[in-house]
Amino acid sequence: MGENIFVDFTAWLRGLISGLGVPDLFNDIILMIVKLAAIIVFIALNATWLVYMERKICAYIQSRVGPRHHGPVGLLQPVFDVVKLMTKEIVLPKNVDLVVFLLAPVLIVVPPIVAYSVLPFGKDMVAIDMNIGLFFLVAVTSLSTIMFWMAGWASNNKYSLVGGMRVVAQMVSYELPLVLAMLGVVMITGTLNLSEVVNAQKNVWFIFAQPIAFLIYFIAGVAETNRPPFDLVEGESEIIAGPYTEYAGMGFAMFYGLAEFANMMVISAMCTVMFLGGWLAPFGLTFIPSWVWFFLKMYLVIFIFMWVRWTFPRIRVDQLMGFGWKVLVPLSLANIFITGTGMYIYRAIGW
Amino acid sequence: MKTQTYYLNLGPQHPSTHGVFRIILELDGEVVVKATPVPGYLHRGIEKLAEARTYTQVIPYTDRMDYLAAMLMNWGYVEAVEKLMGIEVPERAEYIRVIVGELSRIASHMIATGAYGADIGALTAFTYTFRDREYVIDLLEMVSGSRMTFSYFRIGGVAADFPEEFYPAVKKLLDQIPAMCDEYDGLITGNEIFQARTKFVGIIPPEVAVDYSLSGPVLRGSGVNYDLRKVRPYSVYDRFDFEVPLGKNGDCWDRFRIRIEEMRQSKRIIEQALEQMPEGPVLGKVPKVIKPPVGDAYAEIESSKGVYGCYVVSDGSPKPYRVHFRRPSFINLGYLGKLLEGWKIADVIAILGSIDIVLGEVDC
Repeated sequence: MGENIFVDFTAWLRGLISGLGVPDLFNDIILMIVKLAAIIVFIALNATWLVYMERKICAYIQSRVGPRHHGPVGLLQPVFDVVKLMTKEIVLPKNVDLVVFLLAPVLIVVPPIVAYSVLPFGKDMVAIDMNIGLFFLVAVTSLSTIMFWMAGWASNNKYSLVGGMRVVAQMVSYELPLVLAMLGVVMITGTLNLSEVVNAQKNVWFIFAQPIAFLIYFIAGVAETNRPPFDLVEGESEIIAGPYTEYAGMGFAMFYGLAEFANMMVISAMCTVMFLGGWLAPFGLTFIPSWVWFFLKMYLVIFIFMWVRWTFPRIRVDQLMGFGWKVLVPLSLANIFITGTGMYIYRAIGW
Repeated sequence: MKTQTYYLNLGPQHPSTHGVFRIILELDGEVVVKATPVPGYLHRGIEKLAEARTYTQVIPYTDRMDYLAAMLMNWGYVEAVEKLMGIEVPERAEYIRVIVGELSRIASHMIATGAYGADIGALTAFTYTFRDREYVIDLLEMVSGSRMTFSYFRIGGVAADFPEEFYPAVKKLLDQIPAMCDEYDGLITGNEIFQARTKFVGIIPPEVAVDYSLSGPVLRGSGVNYDLRKVRPYSVYDRFDFEVPLGKNGDCWDRFRIRIEEMRQSKRIIEQALEQMPEGPVLGKVPKVIKPPVGDAYAEIESSKGVYGCYVVSDGSPKPYRVHFRRPSFINLGYLGKLLEGWKIADVIAILGSIDIVLGEVDC
């Protein structure tokens, strides 16, 4: 029931278009555009929902109630927020590098959108089933660093500059353990195709086969999305808002709302695909569609992200680098070594 | 490679300077080379204003100094005037002063604890302590009718006796305070990241603390056992049994931890005061027009931030000739510039937060 809604819809659309006598090449292009539009809508809707979810979860953790006046239980709050932010003036401070300053908030949402094109949302539900999907995803998401740096540099503000310097140091350092943690999974599956990675978890999820890799991935993932306890980039109590300090209205919303939550979704979705069995149903509960399972798992990871965020204080910049290079990187290398040895032994005894 | 330092202007509009404090930082990357604190953005000239008011009219001005522990600010001033006039304060009034003063101290330390958590990045700590502070403020509102600027003290006593409903309410709160402190310990103090951020950061050696005339939790964090309530007991503090929590290293961690311990001790003092409280009037024999004889008087109390002193000079008229306040927040900031050197931007916030300043008091 509902399992093939999206797959069937795509097939129906393809049939409809070719029925109109459109050549196959154009048919592919049109479908690609439809898929991309679907991804953008998906991200925008989820980001809006996540703003609400974050505020509600934060409120309950902080013994408050959270938004409740707009719509039932405050569900319309994000809509009001978006309207407010859209109608606000975009302030252009003096002496900013105008082109870079305006380009940064636009480009910041591109990496997560592109990353979503290779993520399998459900059985056969992937926009582009790429052979090197994992590699592509890692390469694309690491581009965000440049956009943060652009904003930090172009703002012509020292707080932004300090934040920009921090973001480069942090994201580049934590990219390494993130990738090395995923390498353990890749070694076991022997593929970079994300759908095949999911299929390889039919018997056992990799969170059980690679627990250390999962932990490293999770910690590095929090650092990659610049969320507390690794939110040195914003560092609200230290450097105001880091690279976003000079942005107002929609420019700020792109950074804070859209980009942050889109990045968080990508990291959570990747976590689901790599370690939590992707769209595979646990305990044989296959009557629930695969894409529902994917969302449930993704939102579970997002919830843990939020839980961590509203509990922990912020780490200091030298401690952050020390933790990344002295703990996470050696640990992930050790994990690769152990995985390799284990695989060699298993093969030797022919298990 | 040629590098150069740059200036970063921290404040007066900054989320973590606890008001309108300003620090001009000279930075080498993230490391502070030189720090110049610039107070004065909230200066209202309270000392000068006091010269144009009668002695009683000055009391509300003292509320506006440390507005987080306004009761204690009242206390220092009225004590100085009482000393000047030789007024005997009734015993019951002294006990009431101790109780509301310690409640004020608890409220002030709650804000210090929560705001310090927020400085370090744990915003949740802030909401927890603020939630609990509301209960304390409710009690003080019951007593004085106000939630922030109480003006409850009078020269010669206090404005009114406790209402009947105060006693069960304060009992209920006192029973909860250990649980509240445990909750802060669990949420903030016990956190690994919090400890990594605060331990051995911003160390003030004991001899330096004495040299710079620091007081309150900042001094005791360095291990110097100096609490006015113990060393020179004023009011009725010599009748209570309580401990003075001390730090070991003089770092941010010690200064933070001491405040939570002091809340527990304040609870003990209030319990004893409620038990011992005698019946009687709450206002002593005070002349209708307060006109102290020519002379001067200095009185000091242990406020939540440190030693709060008040010096009053009288020329025999109904208005004070000169009033001066020794504000602990301001004097505790004296060592800040030196203390910040060599630490990172994040530590600047941690160190400033651990000193626990209130700008109304600093700038007066």
